[in-house]
Amino acid sequence: MAVGPSEIEKIAHLARIRIAPDQIDEVASRLSDILGMVDQMQAVDTSSVAPMANPHDATQRLRPDAVTEPNQRDTFLAIAPQSEDGLFLVPKVIE
Amino acid sequence: MEWETVIGLEVHVQLSTQSKIFSGASTAFGAEPNTQACAVDLALPGTLPVLNEEAVKSAIKFGLAVNAEICRESVFERKNYFYPDLPKGYQTSQMDAPIVGPGWLDIQLESGETKRIRIHHAHLEEDAGKSLHEDFHGMSGIDLNRAGTPLIEIVSEPDMRSAEEAVAYLKKIHSIVTYLGISDGDMSQGSLRCDANVSVRIKGTDELGTRTETKNLNSFRFIEKAIQLEAQRQIDVLEDGGSITQETRLYDSERNEGRAMRSKEEANDYRYFPCPDLLPVAIEQSLIDELKATLPELPDAKQERFQSEYGLSAYDAGILTSERAIADYFEAVAKAAGDAKLAANWVMVELMGRLNKEGIEFSETPVSAEQLGGLIQRIRDNTISGKIAKQVFEALWNGEGDSADAVIEAKGLKQMSDSGELEKMVDQVLADNPDQVEQYKAADEGKRKKMLGFFVGQIMKASKGQANPGMVNQLLNKKLG
Amino acid sequence: MHSKTLRELADGLDSGQFSSEELTRHFLARINEHNPTVNAYITVMEEQAIAQAKAADARRANGKASVLDGIPLAHKDIFCTEGVRTSCASKMLDNFIAPYNATIVEKIATAGMVTLGKTNMDEFAMGSSNETSWYGPVRNPWNTDCVPGGSSGGSAAAVAAGLAPASTGTDTGGSIRQPAALCNLTGLKPTYGLVSRYGMIAFASSLDQAGPMTRTAEDSALLLQAMAGFDEKDSTSLKRDIPDYNATLNDSLEGKVIGVPKEFFAEGLSDEIATKVRDALAEFEKQGATLKEISLPHSHLSIPCYYVIAPAEASTNLSRYDGVRYGHRCENPQDLADLYTRTREEGFGDEVKRRILVGTYALSAGFYDAYYRKAQRIRRLIKQDFIEAFKEVDIIAGPTSPNPAFGIGEKVNDPLTMYLEDMYTIAVNLAGIPGLSIPAGLVDGKPVGLQLIGKDFCEAELLNAAHRFQLATDWHQQTPAAFA
Repeated sequence: MAVGPSEIEKIAHLARIRIAPDQIDEVASRLSDILGMVDQMQAVDTSSVAPMANPHDATQRLRPDAVTEPNQRDTFLAIAPQSEDGLFLVPKVIE
Repeated sequence: MEWETVIGLEVHVQLSTQSKIFSGASTAFGAEPNTQACAVDLALPGTLPVLNEEAVKSAIKFGLAVNAEICRESVFERKNYFYPDLPKGYQTSQMDAPIVGPGWLDIQLESGETKRIRIHHAHLEEDAGKSLHEDFHGMSGIDLNRAGTPLIEIVSEPDMRSAEEAVAYLKKIHSIVTYLGISDGDMSQGSLRCDANVSVRIKGTDELGTRTETKNLNSFRFIEKAIQLEAQRQIDVLEDGGSITQETRLYDSERNEGRAMRSKEEANDYRYFPCPDLLPVAIEQSLIDELKATLPELPDAKQERFQSEYGLSAYDAGILTSERAIADYFEAVAKAAGDAKLAANWVMVELMGRLNKEGIEFSETPVSAEQLGGLIQRIRDNTISGKIAKQVFEALWNGEGDSADAVIEAKGLKQMSDSGELEKMVDQVLADNPDQVEQYKAADEGKRKKMLGFFVGQIMKASKGQANPGMVNQLLNKKLG
Repeated sequence: MHSKTLRELADGLDSGQFSSEELTRHFLARINEHNPTVNAYITVMEEQAIAQAKAADARRANGKASVLDGIPLAHKDIFCTEGVRTSCASKMLDNFIAPYNATIVEKIATAGMVTLGKTNMDEFAMGSSNETSWYGPVRNPWNTDCVPGGSSGGSAAAVAAGLAPASTGTDTGGSIRQPAALCNLTGLKPTYGLVSRYGMIAFASSLDQAGPMTRTAEDSALLLQAMAGFDEKDSTSLKRDIPDYNATLNDSLEGKVIGVPKEFFAEGLSDEIATKVRDALAEFEKQGATLKEISLPHSHLSIPCYYVIAPAEASTNLSRYDGVRYGHRCENPQDLADLYTRTREEGFGDEVKRRILVGTYALSAGFYDAYYRKAQRIRRLIKQDFIEAFKEVDIIAGPTSPNPAFGIGEKVNDPLTMYLEDMYTIAVNLAGIPGLSIPAGLVDGKPVGLQLIGKDFCEAELLNAAHRFQLATDWHQQTPAAFA
């Protein structure tokens, strides 16, 4: 499967990664190579095979409903790029 | 042209678990920002989710209450999008295998008819944090305390045809989740919020119109207004020859205005896929059976019982079962009073009227069920009249006594039923008003009835309202012969 | 001291030949001397290491030392270590001081081991050559013009160069086994769910598994014993009894059936490696095992399958790096969109971006069924191949990687060729079963790895076979002359 520049722009937007305009063609060609390799899968009929999400087909364990985590705000805010009054700061959110 | 509004609701209910759906942080409301956001909630590198058992049980209970199939192997998926209040860059939610399958509930229309609203499914998911838009040098502040709070999202079919129906549906959801005790249902704190999908079409047609989604409505009144406003907007657009754009909208309750959301303009591709950090949730029949056995009596069943057991009208029973707290309160009053109809009347008219007037939540009522029941008992045994009872109620409301009896005693409000004492009082009034007695005796049957009221009034005045009106009438009739 | 095994170091500490502090200082000195050449460490924890060593010596003086107490090791920089930079070899996390410890870091600390530092790796564990690190490539101690393999290249090089007696690694598609093969180590990828993933920075959640990188199978058993076990913080961690891995190391191999997949000896395998691996297999026959040719008919699909599942999971696992709560943030973001796109453009390297984009594509509307769902179905076929094979054999054996260490820069611009390095290891991750690489000889002075693959939770069986092999051979005792 070959992907073109417009698809790369769309995916890059979904992934929130800026790609410099002069690199888009190269990224498109690399991705096309990878997807071409991946397409070997299409030759196999898997219609009767159930998808496997976990190698053991295990099921979820449940946790008792109990508060176990103390307040560590100061520790966590200490590694934040920007914070004030106990809040993480980001450029203005427009709804 | 007659238009028809078509409404489907997505209701988000915060579950009242102690801890979050995937972490051990507290879910308590109102804490200082980010003090209840642990490493998992902040999506620190390397952290992993573990599912809260109580959240799963709550969802199952809800499913059972709305007659739905419980998915025996439900799957959590990642819904991918970037937003500052979404720390992982995805919301852990459910898509293909939600825990609660199709179900239904009945709502009561104003006409008294019952309408069935179908529920498409309900799923478990995590709440996001909050963006605070106060000005931090032109920036927004992010509080992640709410991030990871368990939610069930209940998605209805587009079965509602008016804002009133939508509100009735939402109230029913509210009463079910509070009856089950799985949510506090407190809309002012965001425990129950809804997104309304609204479209309009010409009445009689089958095809659905293009819909818009109005987000984050958090009071019954706003929901009603927002839906009415949006339906009218769409009708106006269509009647002007325009077309409806599928979009996400916000409702400004202060201005009663709607507008399209700017941040969600683009069509999102959420790339749902099974979360590899969580495994399918296998639910055993035994757990379903166990939870089924512990379900409380639900609003519909309780309403029916109130009608048959207490002889209440469907309307009264409906009001008294609209909230579990009201129903429990009413039953306690009825038991203490020994008269369900009188109890129903006092709870609905005096108590709820007063609460409503003062804007007080039912749970905050200053008059206890025992107090109100005791008050009604004194009406029944003629200790006080209905009129005096209102005075006693007022005193109880203001905390002027521990019980109706204490108030009656302290204020000397006991009804005068001693026939000897009353007789003296009647004789005195007749002696003080010889002219009126003469006129009465001369009058015909028709006029006499009217004139009797004068004497009753004088006696009530003399007794400060405490004379038993029935006995006064009897005595007067005897004396005036 | 630096070429001793964990077992020998434990004996040395026990008998008082040296203290933990002396041992630790010795390794720190070697790191100072050789790390500039090898670039195996991103962060050296000198002060903490000495403090931990002193504490271990005190425990030993009080007679309270456990077997690994006081022995140094290095952690791959993918494990969160409280108060210490945990970078995942990415610019994105260059300033990230982890506020908590990964479960295995805790467990290893509880065993009394001393952490020398955090080792270099491919960025976010995405790579097979350790050339995608933001901190520069790691050099293979056997030939410093060559790569050490990846992604746990720093962990491998550190042990091979005598800069640590053992290390931790992680393996998503071969990231423990392939560098172990290229650096002449014993590297174990345990069964998925045996070792906790809590605090291990996620690459592909359904494939990632941590494991030990050591000189010998006996050491591997010792370190695995300290790492393995149920963790309530990891939903994919499995609750089961952990065997005594040491207890069965010497069991006889008489009667064991070793399956040799014909697909592992087909096109793509270099002749010298094929020869070395066949020689190693003959050693097992000498020990009483029988070899049996088997087929894993879907193994050719493991790379395509992996390069959908791993990038898809990674694409969303790495969404949390958004410049809001920790890690890199671009200068002066103009608005939210700018904050996200520029932070992620600057913070991630090319290979990481490539995989995020591939994964995003594979999950996007219209492609999900053809890629992600398809890959999950293929994954079941691959697991099924192993289940079938294990009905007839006890262990599967073959090469770990198709080539010995290659030159730095040789394949870095050709991702598809690079991906082939993992052609024999990836299927094991997809199936979730354990795999072990052990030294099987040298080709032109470069190590060759033999891979042993077992059934779910049969680590003890693999370690037993490897230990018996190491009792009869001395490949694992070879060390690179330049770092003697």
